[in-house]
Amino acid sequence: MSDYIEGHNGPWEIVLGLEVHAQVISKAKLFSGAATEFGAEPNSQVSFVDAAFPGMLPVINRFCVEQAVKTGLGLNAQINHRSVFDRKNYFYADLPAGYQISQFLQPIVGKGVIVIDLPDGRSREVGITRLHLEQDAGKSLHDQHPTKTYVDLNRSGVALMEIVSEPDMRSSEEAAAYLRKLRSILRYLGTCDGNMEEGSLRCDVNVSVRRPGEGLGTRCEIKNVNSIRYVQQAIEYEARRQIEVIEEGGKIRQETRLFDAGRGVTRTMRSKEDSHDYRYFPDPDLLPLDLDPAWVQRLKTTLPELPDAKKARFMADFGLSPYDAGVLVADQETAHFYETVAKGRDAKLAANWLISELFGALNKAGVDIANSPVSAAALGGLVDLIADNTISGRIAKDVFAEMVETGKDAAAIVEAKGLRQVTDTGAIDAAIDKVLVQHADKLAEYRSGKEKLFGFFIGQVMKATAGKANPAMLNDLLKKKLAG
Amino acid sequence: MTALTELTMTQALAGLAKGSFSARELAEAHLAVMERHRGLNAFITETPEKALAMAGESDARRKRGEVGLLEGIPLGIKDLFCTEGVLTTAGSHILDGFKPPYESTVTAKLWQAGAAMLGKLNMDEFAMGSSNTTSYHGNVKNPWTRRGDNRDLVPGGSSGGSAAAVAARMAMAATGTDTGGSIRQPAAFCGLVGIKPTYGRCSRWGIVAFASSLDQAGPLARSVEDAALMLQVMAGHDPKDSTSVDLPVPDYRAGLGAGVKGLRIGIPREYRMDGMAAEIGALWAKGAEWLKAAGAEIVDISLPHTKYALPTYYIIAPAEASSNLARYDGVRFGLRVPGGSLDEMYENTRAAGFGAEVKRRVLIGTYVLSAGYYDAYYLKAQRLRSLILGDFTKAFEKVDAILTPATPTPAFAVGERMDDPIAMYLNDVFTVPVNLAGLPGISVPAGLSEDGLPLGLQLLGRAFDEATLFRTARTIEEAAGFTAKAAGI
Repeated sequence: MSDYIEGHNGPWEIVLGLEVHAQVISKAKLFSGAATEFGAEPNSQVSFVDAAFPGMLPVINRFCVEQAVKTGLGLNAQINHRSVFDRKNYFYADLPAGYQISQFLQPIVGKGVIVIDLPDGRSREVGITRLHLEQDAGKSLHDQHPTKTYVDLNRSGVALMEIVSEPDMRSSEEAAAYLRKLRSILRYLGTCDGNMEEGSLRCDVNVSVRRPGEGLGTRCEIKNVNSIRYVQQAIEYEARRQIEVIEEGGKIRQETRLFDAGRGVTRTMRSKEDSHDYRYFPDPDLLPLDLDPAWVQRLKTTLPELPDAKKARFMADFGLSPYDAGVLVADQETAHFYETVAKGRDAKLAANWLISELFGALNKAGVDIANSPVSAAALGGLVDLIADNTISGRIAKDVFAEMVETGKDAAAIVEAKGLRQVTDTGAIDAAIDKVLVQHADKLAEYRSGKEKLFGFFIGQVMKATAGKANPAMLNDLLKKKLAG
Repeated sequence: MTALTELTMTQALAGLAKGSFSARELAEAHLAVMERHRGLNAFITETPEKALAMAGESDARRKRGEVGLLEGIPLGIKDLFCTEGVLTTAGSHILDGFKPPYESTVTAKLWQAGAAMLGKLNMDEFAMGSSNTTSYHGNVKNPWTRRGDNRDLVPGGSSGGSAAAVAARMAMAATGTDTGGSIRQPAAFCGLVGIKPTYGRCSRWGIVAFASSLDQAGPLARSVEDAALMLQVMAGHDPKDSTSVDLPVPDYRAGLGAGVKGLRIGIPREYRMDGMAAEIGALWAKGAEWLKAAGAEIVDISLPHTKYALPTYYIIAPAEASSNLARYDGVRFGLRVPGGSLDEMYENTRAAGFGAEVKRRVLIGTYVLSAGYYDAYYLKAQRLRSLILGDFTKAFEKVDAILTPATPTPAFAVGERMDDPIAMYLNDVFTVPVNLAGLPGISVPAGLSEDGLPLGLQLLGRAFDEATLFRTARTIEEAAGFTAKAAGI
């Protein structure tokens, strides 16, 4: 493995497990009818259940259960037909009941697996330990008043899926790939929007190090890291820190740490001795959650084609490389866009245009593919013009730039600007002759062995034809003339 | 007018129907008695204006021909039920000033059936107690006293205010809740009928929680028929309570007169306990004779895990309570005692807001759920709970109902067993098992002790078979002919 970190006296292996909290897409909260919309006025989406008023009782939201089961199915995981909600007890101002309703011993989803795609094109499996449903807490705002803390309960009671991985990852890159893949699957399923900035996807990272081949080391948990880049930074820092501690003769203490994104370091939040005793016990306000196996089976048939299956299909049907296919299926909308462009056309050419041109343009404009200024049909039109030799690849880039700018379609731009490629050999020959006459000195140099000048002549002819000469034809004709 | 407060609900409904008196007059009569017996401290909050307004509305409805099952009946409500806009304290300092913006499902059903609210009844703090001496709002006195002894007696608990109010004719009936005997024991101490229905029969929505897997609402009334009518209205499925059961509510009054001919009544040998008063044992035997004489077959049965019921209860109930009471933290409602930090504010608020018994149970509950103790206590208690339910399931293959005493002793004096919490917990020895099993139990007055205090018998039944309990209790009620009243009432 190339993922080892070199220490002072030999290599170290990083062992990583991730706990992801994914906010369930649903209009209402897990146990109350209150709304879940992000960014609403503080405390405007709070029912008496969410605020834990006396005598209030939780009632499970069926849709959230459906979302969790769908996610479990999407992770190729075991669906537990009986699961149990437990209370996790601790005091905090933004936890109104003094307990969080979660699932401890009997989660709704058991073991599953995710295939991660690494940048070098390799894929490997990461085990999923479990997925369980739980409530989110509210938010404490410490910066609104010099001495007081304000509490916003809008988030209190919102449904989360906690998705726990096996300690199967060995590098920060693998962790990043895992998160990207998980997010992609969640988005395909429509069960979580995966937005880490808004906190709808949050990640706790368990990091330990060991000598290759040895048993697991003591782990530290880094809480609430809120971007994939930070996850990687946090892992890199934490692994180095642990190696340093051990190499200097110290021991790793099991603890919870925080990632300080500003300084790029992790620091102690609380040690194991200070950790809460959550006093889990089954929530007596809720019955065990029993799922009808037939319902689960029906749900399975409604799942969309997921990234792995789509990737395999793109490779098989369109002849794409694993890397290109992986890039195109990462996002469902992109995959759909691509299929529209590729349908009945040169699929590889379509992939190239999407990956190297459209993605660049979208990136530059800061918009996603749903708001692309160039529609799939329009991009298809451009690919058609290249394929039938109406324009060259080079001209196509100019046409594409104009399409991005104006939203017009390719054919119209080509017509209006007269960009149609010159394929008339007579016209190209004439242009070549003219250039060779103009640059008789260079022609002489070429013929005396300075063959590098071939490119110069191509450039000059292209200039003379405003770039419209068919490149392949120009190439052939020029070669003949120069050999002449 | 005083005579109106002597009527049973059934009689009052007949009088209202005939137009002999109005709901308003009925409410006024009860408000007058409430004032006269204010010294019993049965109410935490009196709501006379509300009572009169609701009674007035009831009269108007009756004129329009709209007559609910409890049309015009004035009731007392245990202060554990959230009542919209009306102070709800659960007998605790920590809920100071708490006026819920919602109405509990059970009380909403009562008002929908035409009843009027007289006020909120005193109770042991958070329903934790068997003597109504743990209330922040002071002890409730039992309207009954021993013959030749005017010392104050406890009304039982936790629904002590409910029992005292109904026994003293301040209310025609009252709501109670029963987690380990909190309806049946005070009913027995005050000469009333009290039923804890099957777990899931009444919605718990809007009732301040003590121990969620045990809590059930039920009525306290002066006759079996009144109790049946009350439960008729209180019971029913509620989608807001996931543990409430979606089964139709039978017409409990319809079968009341069916008698017990052919019923098999079990007498559990494990309920014959050391230290049980001789007169209680004698009453139990008499109860069995009455039922036998009415045509029932008396069957000796065994409930072998009975002796584990109390310790099991005193693990499960505090465990759930320790979690249920975490929400009283001074952050959102009720009492807040400031502190220099969040933790300090919690400590100050909960130290000042909870009484000694509540603190004891929160500590016990926290302990039994703690890492390292959970298996030894909570988990073991859950296993025992299954065994106790198993005892009943087996017994009910052989019998239709089980007859036991309601309490090991009659009402005791304030201060008599206050120093020893374990002795106090023993009060619940006969009532606790069916809470653990989730089964229904009814307490019915059956006689007087040597010193003139009411004694109750208890009947236990199959899940959702309250109807059999009512008709069997009715047979005991008729045979006992219990008509005694507390002196001075």
